[in-house]
This record gives sequence, structure tokens and C-alpha cells, in this order.
Amino acid sequence: MEALTTWWTELLGGNAIFTANTLEFYWNGLTTTIQLVFLSLLIGILLAVPLAIGRGSKHPWIRMPIYAYTYVFRGTPLLIQLYLVYYGVVFFEGIQESMFWPIFREAFYPALMAFTLNTAAYTTEIFRGAIKNTAKGEIEAARAYGMSKPLMLRRIVLPSAFRRALPAYGNEVIFMLHASAVASVVTIMDLTGAAYYVYARFYAPFQAFIFVALIYLCLTFSVMFVFRRLERRLLAHLRPREG
Amino acid sequence: MATTATPLQARNIKKRFGTHEVLKGLSLEAHQGDVITLIGASGSGKSTFLRCMNLLEQPDEGELIVHDEPIHFRDTKHGREPMDWKQVERIRAKLSMVFQNFNLWAHMTLLENVIEAPVHVLGKPKKQAIDEARSLLDRVGLLDRADYYPTQMSGGQQQRGAIARALAMDPEVMLFDEPTSALDPELVGDVLKVMRGLADEGRTMILVTHEIAFARDVSSQVIYLHQGVIEESGAPAQVLDDPRSERLRQFLAPKH
Repeated sequence: MEALTTWWTELLGGNAIFTANTLEFYWNGLTTTIQLVFLSLLIGILLAVPLAIGRGSKHPWIRMPIYAYTYVFRGTPLLIQLYLVYYGVVFFEGIQESMFWPIFREAFYPALMAFTLNTAAYTTEIFRGAIKNTAKGEIEAARAYGMSKPLMLRRIVLPSAFRRALPAYGNEVIFMLHASAVASVVTIMDLTGAAYYVYARFYAPFQAFIFVALIYLCLTFSVMFVFRRLERRLLAHLRPREG
Repeated sequence: MATTATPLQARNIKKRFGTHEVLKGLSLEAHQGDVITLIGASGSGKSTFLRCMNLLEQPDEGELIVHDEPIHFRDTKHGREPMDWKQVERIRAKLSMVFQNFNLWAHMTLLENVIEAPVHVLGKPKKQAIDEARSLLDRVGLLDRADYYPTQMSGGQQQRGAIARALAMDPEVMLFDEPTSALDPELVGDVLKVMRGLADEGRTMILVTHEIAFARDVSSQVIYLHQGVIEESGAPAQVLDDPRSERLRQFLAPKH
């Protein structure tokens, strides 16, 4: 590690801003951003699948609360949601004495919670649309071949809906990656937080933010690459046959 | 199949859509090896009648008995529905349906389509299901298309694939709902040829079709429906070549 640090410092000797020290800041910001985005997407999608199914329920007392939830979270800015969760948790009676306080005292977890609720709302609607667009004939065939509702959901409706939802969900992932920049306003040292720190310390806004923009670009391209591969694999049934 | 049970009986089936009564008490009895053809103008209720047999439509009145097992109904405030959906699922698995628009599952290859219900509904081992599916695909002339997705095949190929999917269930009765109506004329022949083969080997089939020549050829019984009533019924020679009613004569008359 020490040798690496020396190597960096020598390599970067030519400039005052991008030292091993500030690069480490960016690096930690990068890991924080990835953790925050990855975890919120993961929990978000796990919440969104049952919510999307419930969103299409014929019982209004299942359908309506889910609709209200997605309506509110898609209808308000993520930054406001973040503020409300971050500053709002303390108003829960007794939370500061509870076992959860060490978690919510950190800015990371309120941010994770706000991001998760936000992306789950969007993902629910994406999946809901895809489920609704399942071909009626395919559902009819599933019924005619003796499938129960859960089996039909598991084998026909969801696999077909997830494939249809993939391009829209890829956009949602990129959207979350970019939206996660707001985490820095609640003291989280994510990528944007790191850039802000470097800017403030050296008063070098362009270098600090252009560098971070490049990192976001690389991340975005990686996400796009992964989704392109997934679409190639999973949407093969929509393409004419090759060869 | 050395069974003495009657594969399918429908008694006095009635069905309303709103205030419009589409089926006004229809009965039918399919014995082992019967090929029963339902003909009639559009709106005569023939497809609805067929769809009542596997309960894709719920009949408002009447009895359904599959392989000597009556389906139990109960009255709810939304109308009559089956008492036990597990029973319905079990019975549907014995009545394979072939649809006008094929309705293959688009995200699965042809082979996956054919093994889907045998594996996940009947609980067959996957290996065995694949072996059987391959020989069925060979039989309908699609073995080289096993790894194709439905959209990569022609309508005629999709329909023959759908017939293979139906056969994979080894059904008591096969229900065909206008299987050639969505096909280009030059593709109809291949599908009819497969169906003729099934009739020849003694499959019990109930079929809604506009292919009168085919009906004459393969049917053991032809039923002519008009406005939800069985107007004529009997052997194809009798019904198709010597119709009693003026209406059926007009229906069978060449259109141009």
C-alpha cells in the first residue's frame, strides 16, 4: 500500500490537485456511490415486484394504497424526499433511544431509505406496465393448460414482463446513479461530495467537477453495457433469427 | 387408451353476455375417438361453446362432465363459478386447446413451449418431457425449429407447434378453436394434414372450423349452430350433404 501511494504521488507530481490524497477521496466517494445506488436498486426491485403485482389487484384496498405510494414518490423531488427522511426520522418518538438510532444517526441509511423508496416507486410502475401488457392470448393459453395463478405468474407473466421492462429499467438504473448525487447535501461523501470537497479545498471547480463527471460517465457506460448484454440475451425472442 | 369413460359431456349449456343469450342450452357428448365439428356463422356461439368446455368462459347453466367426473359449480354474487379451481385446473390439463392465434408463449423457444405444461403442470421429469417433445416436433415436421422463438416462425409453423404443445399433455380431448382461420391460405394445408393424422389415430377432438371440406372428411359428427341453438346435428354426410333446414343450405352454399 505504501509503495502504491509513493508511486501515485510520483506519477501525479506534476499537479497540485490530483494527489494521492484527493484521489483517495474520489475513490471512497466512488465506493459510497456504488454502495448506495446498488443497495437501493436491489432492495427497490425486491419491493417493486410484489408491489407491481398488487398494483394490478382487483381489490381496491390492495391496489389503491400502492397507487398512492407510487404517486407520491414519483410526484415529488428526490431531494425533498431525502430531506424528509434525513431530518424527519428524529421526530419519531423514542427513535434516539431505540436500537435503530445508530443506523439512522448516520446519513447513509436515511439516504439509502429515501433512494430505495424512490426507485421502488418508479420500478413498480415500470413493472406494472409490463405486466399489464402481457399478451392476453398467452395468459389464456396458460389457463387452458391447467396452470394455477401463482404458477402462471411465475412461469409466464413475470418472465415475459421482466423482459419487456428491461430497457425502461435500464434507464431507471442510470437515473438513480445520477440522482444519487443529491446524497452529498446530507453530508454523505459520495462521488459528488468528494468533488465538492476537492473544489472547496483547492478552489478548482472545473478540475474537481469535470473529473467527477468523467467517473459518472464511465459508470453510466458500464451500466449501459451490462443492460445491452442482458437485452441481447433476454430479448432474443423479439429479433429475427441470425444466420 | 383402454378406457370406457366418456371423455367429455356437456349438457344444456347456457351462457349470457349481459342480456344477450349466446348459448341457449347446448348439449354434446364426445366418445372415445369422436371428431365433432362445430360449424355456423360468426356469432352463432360455436367458439363460446368450445370455450365453455374448458371453462375459459363460465357457463351460466348446465353440466360439464369430463372423463365421467362432473365439474361442481356454485352461485356467487358475480354469477356462477366453479366450486373448486383446483379441480378446474386438473380438468383443463386433460383438455388441450389449440387457439386461432396460436398463443404460443413468446419468450420461450418452441421446445420450451412444448415441455412447459407437462413439466410444470403434470410434473413430468424434464428429461422425459424433452424426449417426448422432440418426437412430437418431429411428427409435426418442426424438429429443426425446436430452438426457434415463436416470432421467428410462420403462422403455419406456429400452429403446428401449438398442436405439438397440445399433444404433449396427452389429452383426453383436444379442442381446436378455428385453428386455420388466422393462416395464409397456402399454410392451411400443412396444419390440416397434421390434424387429419390425429383424427386417423383415434384422438378425441372437438373442432370449430370454417373448413367444410375438411369437416366432411374427418368428422364423426357435425353440429350446425345458429344463434346459440343446435339447428342440425349428425353424421357429416347427412348434415353437410343433405341439410334439412333452409338456413344450413344457405350457409353451405358457395359464396360466389
